[in-house]
Amino acid sequence: MTERTLVVWQGQVRIRVRSKGEGPPLVFLHGPWGLTWDPFLDHLARSFTVVAPEHPGTTPEAPDDVYHLDGLWDLVLCYDELLDALGLPQVTVVGHSFGGMVACELAAAAPPRVRRLVLIDPIGFWRDNDRITNWMTLDAARLRDTLFHDPRSEAAHRMFGVVDDPEAALAARVRRTWAMGATGKFIWPIPDKGLKKRIHRVKAPTLVVWGKEDRLVPPVYAEEFSRRIAGARVQTVDAAGHAPQLEHPEKVARMVADFVGPAAS
Amino acid sequence: MKISAFHLMPHRELPDDFEKRYESVWVTPPWWELADAGRVGQYYNWTLDELLYAARAGFDGVCTNEHHQNAYGFMPSPNLMGSVLAKATNGSDVAIVQMGATLPTSNPPIRVAEEYAMLDCISGGRLVAGLPLGSPMDVNFCYGITPMEHRERYREAFALTLKAWQAREIFAWNGRYYQLANVNLWPRPIQQPHPPVWVPGSGSISTFDFAVDHDVCYCFLSYSGAKAAHTMMQGYWRVVADKGREANPYRAGFLQLAAVAETDARAEEKYARHVEYFYHKCLHWPLELGAPPGNQDYRSLLAAARSNVRRAEDTKRLRYRDFVEKGYVIAGSPATVRDRIREEVVKGLRVGNLMVLLQIGSMPHELTLENMDLFAREVLPHLRPLWDDEGWVNHWWPEGLRGTQTSRAAAPVAAARA
Repeated sequence: MTERTLVVWQGQVRIRVRSKGEGPPLVFLHGPWGLTWDPFLDHLARSFTVVAPEHPGTTPEAPDDVYHLDGLWDLVLCYDELLDALGLPQVTVVGHSFGGMVACELAAAAPPRVRRLVLIDPIGFWRDNDRITNWMTLDAARLRDTLFHDPRSEAAHRMFGVVDDPEAALAARVRRTWAMGATGKFIWPIPDKGLKKRIHRVKAPTLVVWGKEDRLVPPVYAEEFSRRIAGARVQTVDAAGHAPQLEHPEKVARMVADFVGPAAS
Repeated sequence: MKISAFHLMPHRELPDDFEKRYESVWVTPPWWELADAGRVGQYYNWTLDELLYAARAGFDGVCTNEHHQNAYGFMPSPNLMGSVLAKATNGSDVAIVQMGATLPTSNPPIRVAEEYAMLDCISGGRLVAGLPLGSPMDVNFCYGITPMEHRERYREAFALTLKAWQAREIFAWNGRYYQLANVNLWPRPIQQPHPPVWVPGSGSISTFDFAVDHDVCYCFLSYSGAKAAHTMMQGYWRVVADKGREANPYRAGFLQLAAVAETDARAEEKYARHVEYFYHKCLHWPLELGAPPGNQDYRSLLAAARSNVRRAEDTKRLRYRDFVEKGYVIAGSPATVRDRIREEVVKGLRVGNLMVLLQIGSMPHELTLENMDLFAREVLPHLRPLWDDEGWVNHWWPEGLRGTQTSRAAAPVAAARA
């Protein structure tokens, strides 16, 4: 895996980008809990060169950089600059949860920029009758139980497991909390920031993946995306919660690869 | 010393099993199950009557504060209450201490500057302008302000407020969060250059720095007493010294719960259940509400995570005697209360602007007046001269009221109730 830190936004925002794999490039935008290189990305890296940036503020040593972005418009343009800096004028973008919303906003703001779009349990809409649970109000135990279909799974353990080293446990907790704050800045208190007014601009072929047992963002939200993006396909994942790519990494990576196709990038 | 009576305006009749049946007293308590508007009207009137009683009984100031969707304190607009108090105390030397209207929840925040100026005008220059950051429950959860923007908005609104009071010219404010092309406040406060400013805090280092840099009175609104606050207030005084300010005790305010009776034993008989109601029901909320991600800056988050010692004590397991022993509540005979306040709070924390909470939880109106009466007659006169021998000036008190050290005649309970 390679790692580099790019500086965008008039020198004010440092973004560490992790990269691994061979093949056409694929950008992965992580969810509200920060970027962890997990088995899903490893599986993707067999077919693609996975390029995974850290959301502004979540790069170590640069927590305060997020204060330079005042809202979603700033954030989307910041990613636009980042893709330029990465030399990716047109690329497949995969986003999970909060990262799914950002990916969709990017595809709506700059349609030619996104070749194919994969949204995994994305946020961006709000239904009064299907309220999204605010994960920022849950303690660690409740977050784990709500986030995962099987809170005792290996994936859940990787995110919340007891670590022997107290320093490492503390660092993980601080990192997770700060990542929720830095992403929460763009969605508090309700994660509907007007995507419904912009999503019609998305031109990229789109796959929407949803964990069937998602208790944070109910699967009914898939319809909000599929009916607004022409030709969008929806695939659900059994026995999976809000992060199907963590609970079933191989299966979801295959869905992505099948959709994007070897020649697609 | 300046000694003010503080009020939260709590729900006084929550059900016995409240803390078992409901997840929180704040943000989510169901109004229709728990409250009745007619009865709540009675609470508001009791609250006003109690504060006015305190004003007549000889307290130096009366304090109100702002909370939202909260059964332990529901003055969403402290300025509505302050307005009544200002009018009804005209001609007296009692300060109207607003602790206060929350800047980040007022949009635009010059609304607070305007209302405070109104209060200063109505009261003839008796306003103390508390400018709180506001709690995460109120600001983030009830009023929807993004946690990560909470402090930035506060700092911008604070600067705007101070400028709006003082500017001689109409000015444009081109801020990050607030844009106003013609700031020209009507009215302006009587007190010049502006009313004294108090900033409440809960021990975060960044607030110490802010308070000292802006030369305001830092107030710790604590429900845990002086013992629990000792280390924290030492930290504050260290910042004061490091920044080269004088250790004027009036730079510090502190809120103390107090309950006075004829004897220590009588205090337990009269107040035990109200104290337990306060700590068991009124302070019942999940910890997560107090710290949404992003509300603390990264430095404070890291510091808080490292200091495991700061884990809050589970007050549900404590009883009246524990609360008294630990100093959460200073209760007992007049001698007990004045000695403990003097040693633990005034001298122990170096506090010049003391606030006392005398209506505690379910405490009924009559008993509250008794508590206020005893405090005013038997405790307050002994505390008031403290610090006089050191000759400090209370720059954080309305100038016209600074010299009034003589005790006002304590009104008998019956007369005040008439």
